[in-house]
Amino acid sequence: MLREILAHYNYWIVIVLMMTGFYIVVSRGNLVKKLVGLNIFQTSVFLLYISMGKVAGGSAPILDPDIKVYANPLPHVLILTAIVVGVATTALGLALVVRIREAYGTIEEDELDLMDDEA
Amino acid sequence: MSGEWLILGAVGLPLLASLLIWLTGGSPNQRETVTLAAAVTLFVIVGSMLPLQLAGAPLRVELLSPVPGVAIAFEVEPLGMTFACVASFLWIVNSVFSIGYMRGNDEPRQTRFYVCFAIALGSTMGLAFAENLFTLFLCYESLTLSTYPLVTHHKNDEARRSGRTYLALLLGTSVVLLLPAIIATWVLTGSLSFEAGGIMAGKVSPLVGGILLLVFMYGIGKAALMPMHRWLPAAMVAPTPVSALLHAVAVVKAGVFTVVKVTVYIFGLDYLRELATADLVLYLAGFTIITASVIALRQDNLKRRLAYSTVSQLSYVILAALILSPLSTMGALLHIAVHAFGKITLFMAAGAIYTAAHKTEVSQLAGIGRRMPWTMGAFAVGALSMIGVPPAAGFLSKWYMLLGALQVEQFFAVAVIVVSTLLNAAYFLPIVHAAFLKPEASGGQEPTGPGHGEAPLPIVLALVTTAAGTLLLFLFPGPALELANMLVGR
Amino acid sequence: MSGLAAHLPALQVVVPLFAAPLCLLAGRAGLAWLIVFVASCLATATAAGLAYQTFQHGTLSYPLGGWAAPWGIEYVVDTANAFILLLVSAISTVVLMYAPASVDREIRQGRRHLFYCMFALCLTGLLGIAITGDAFNVFVFLEISSLSSYALIALGGHRKALTASFQYLVMGTIGATFFLIGVGLLYMMTGTLNMADLQARIPAIQDSRPVLAAFAFITVGLALKAALFPLHLWLPNAYAYAPNVVSAFIAATATKVSLYVLLRFTFTIFGAKFAFLDLPLHWVLLVPAVIAMFAGSFSAIFQRDVKRMLAYSSVAQIGYIVLGIALSSAAGVAAALIHIFNHGLMKAALFCALGCIFHRIGSVRLEAMAGLGREMPWTMAALVAGGFSLLGVPLTAGFISKWYLIEAAFEAGLWWLVVLVVLSSMLAVVYVWRLLEALYFKPVPEGRAAVAEAPLSMLLPTLLLAAANIYFGLDTRLPVEMAQSAATILIREQIW
Repeated sequence: MLREILAHYNYWIVIVLMMTGFYIVVSRGNLVKKLVGLNIFQTSVFLLYISMGKVAGGSAPILDPDIKVYANPLPHVLILTAIVVGVATTALGLALVVRIREAYGTIEEDELDLMDDEA
Repeated sequence: MSGEWLILGAVGLPLLASLLIWLTGGSPNQRETVTLAAAVTLFVIVGSMLPLQLAGAPLRVELLSPVPGVAIAFEVEPLGMTFACVASFLWIVNSVFSIGYMRGNDEPRQTRFYVCFAIALGSTMGLAFAENLFTLFLCYESLTLSTYPLVTHHKNDEARRSGRTYLALLLGTSVVLLLPAIIATWVLTGSLSFEAGGIMAGKVSPLVGGILLLVFMYGIGKAALMPMHRWLPAAMVAPTPVSALLHAVAVVKAGVFTVVKVTVYIFGLDYLRELATADLVLYLAGFTIITASVIALRQDNLKRRLAYSTVSQLSYVILAALILSPLSTMGALLHIAVHAFGKITLFMAAGAIYTAAHKTEVSQLAGIGRRMPWTMGAFAVGALSMIGVPPAAGFLSKWYMLLGALQVEQFFAVAVIVVSTLLNAAYFLPIVHAAFLKPEASGGQEPTGPGHGEAPLPIVLALVTTAAGTLLLFLFPGPALELANMLVGR
Repeated sequence: MSGLAAHLPALQVVVPLFAAPLCLLAGRAGLAWLIVFVASCLATATAAGLAYQTFQHGTLSYPLGGWAAPWGIEYVVDTANAFILLLVSAISTVVLMYAPASVDREIRQGRRHLFYCMFALCLTGLLGIAITGDAFNVFVFLEISSLSSYALIALGGHRKALTASFQYLVMGTIGATFFLIGVGLLYMMTGTLNMADLQARIPAIQDSRPVLAAFAFITVGLALKAALFPLHLWLPNAYAYAPNVVSAFIAATATKVSLYVLLRFTFTIFGAKFAFLDLPLHWVLLVPAVIAMFAGSFSAIFQRDVKRMLAYSSVAQIGYIVLGIALSSAAGVAAALIHIFNHGLMKAALFCALGCIFHRIGSVRLEAMAGLGREMPWTMAALVAGGFSLLGVPLTAGFISKWYLIEAAFEAGLWWLVVLVVLSSMLAVVYVWRLLEALYFKPVPEGRAAVAEAPLSMLLPTLLLAAANIYFGLDTRLPVEMAQSAATILIREQIW
């Protein structure tokens, strides 16, 4: 039982990271912290993909007569794309935070809500 | 070939006229010439269909079908023919009356009034000739929408409030109940066409059919089955010509016309006998007749009294349709025509009184018969027709209803008809009595002076015509009876 | 097929994709608009060509870059996504016709060419989602369209556009990531990302926990993107504060494309048996859909900002679409697709008409719009046509949607559902009526100068969309036939 749990340690890390990130997004009012949470959340998925491509004892998929076992490169390539998307999302999110700060003078969610109710 | 064009002409002409009326709005004379010309032409078109119809020639036209199998199509059949004849003839009379009334009372926004009126008539024609429930539903809704501006004509708070009731009840019932009932019919039978003998027999279980019947009856809000009748008194805030043609003829008749259409051509009389709720609807109609008559008794406002009388008379048609004997179905058809003539006369008389004397309450009418003999004479004829006394045509329809009811031993219906006749007499005869026999109430310190006389000529002309029509319909019921015979396939 | 015709699937995405950097290079608003407009016209023509080809030859497969599936990315075009492609590109073209005057009014000079660049990217993303036959590729295009729409929404005039966009960004990213997790789990179990391969391999392992988890993640992720109640919270603000052109485009297309992906995954890849018989997707979709119908319409009644009103109405309308999906019959899916099409038309028409109003009076609040009926008769005519279509008045496109939806519900034997659909439509009557009452029956507010009709370049596309609402209420062959054939293609196993 314990063995089985420990054997899948990569998934446990993924789940913990995912929930941590998700919790931060939901619970933090600071917009930058929300983005940090979002990043952790996405990173957990990157790890999920990367770890699933790993084959025990496998090497990088390079054509070489000495190498018999390869790791699956496809998830790694996929996640490269997802990382790019993640970077773009973070950049856009941070840009929005800057603009929000310029327009409102704060990046705390509760304060933002109050300010627009008055307006 | 020509038949198709006649139908399209009948439906399209009022719509074309509305456009012309809008364009000639700047000049009242031109505008009213267009209205009158359109009304006369429409009557000629509809009239020319009558011989074709009596000869049994099929008159049918299909335009397009948004959903496969559900087309916008028109077909002439006896019931629709009767309705169209009555409505188009009364449009002429009512146009004459409108001109007198609207000018006599200096009403604002007259162009809008005539435009909406013409659109309402076009919808009525479409409704009368609808070949299937879908087309009928479209015309039904467009009739509601085109009469809404007429009800709110005065644009004051009362008009707006009444308008909201009007729209909410008519649109509400039709969208919430009628439309789903139509779609259910479509799903269950695969057809929406009006066919002799109905389309439901053998396809819909009596239980579902019974529920559908109730949904249809309450979905057709224009038929004013209680408690869906409140829009009709509310609509009385409109100028009298609107009440006269639309809320005594076109709109309300559209309601009961739809009821008869649905009972005869969708359910079919034989199938209805299997339904448990057919009797229930009959009782509801009976209840409406009696209750509305009692309410009418207590109304002092003349137009409101007439409105409740209309609610009661409409349920006659529903009652007659659900007695489920061919004779009473004939009575239903006749009553649509007969009540139209009688009630429009009464409304126009009310309008005449308002125009000439600015009186709106029943209690103010003592002695008015001597000042306005023609008006009150016509009123008396109309009242007799409502009660159903010969030589007014109202007798005819009640006679057939009673015969039908006795034939199938539907004694509840017989009792309702008898009691309501007494009630009708009780709320109409005192008006006639007071108008002719009571002395005019002296208005306090104000000298009676020269006072008012008869209403303007167009008004008098119009109401005398319809009163005469009521009598003529009794004396020469030939074509109407022939259509009624065709309806029940005799 | 030879020559250009054979490469239409690639061109469908590549043309708008290349328009985006060209806009950047153009640097001027006028030129950028022209580039995107031409690209959008070409995309519409391509979509029409593809639709025609699917009618002629059935499903088309296009290996991107010559790499055959399942190694390469495959573009697959059948009637179902040809329908969506046509809708998205056609709406985009009409909205772009409308855009210049509106953009000049609402977006600062110097940013306008960037606006068009983002628009092109958003269009690329939406078209890509629809056309691709590769699950991971869906994610990529989903993010392309989402990222560009966050930017587009943030360009709105009010500062609340920024917070709305941020909120959308957070929720959208979570949705997309959920989808990504689901796709990852599927890949783990099947070793493929190609949709056709997934479809073939899933049945053997469908009871394994990762597949169940994948299904849940994908459904929730897409429901978030599609703004299904209660995951709709990002939508009202995003639609309300975006520039009018963006509201019109996104409201008409973005959520629809997500719903299409949902259809594709549930009915084609996982299969209706798995989703509706083994798992309770029926109730999972039905209950939120019904609540959305009521909650959306009910919230719309209390809005004084008409764009927000329409945004809440979108929540309700998405409920109708999902309801069709939840019925899980061919008739239900066809009804959903028909409503996807018709709702796109009506919301585009309505938002465009509101844009015209905003262009003239600088506000779309009910009280500011009072009495406009007389001053902007044509815009109002479009608004009325769109509003009637929203209600489902006969002879409008909306009626056709309701007709097929109710018919499908009857067919499934769910009478009570019919009652609910009808009752919720009555709520729509209330808010549309409030709008009409303000426009036609309320006096002009004091101090408002005389208002002229909107400029022709905005008015004509608006009227075109309004006319489409009427036209597709009369001649329903195109949407209905495509939707019905699409439904049979999407549903690989009938369960009823």
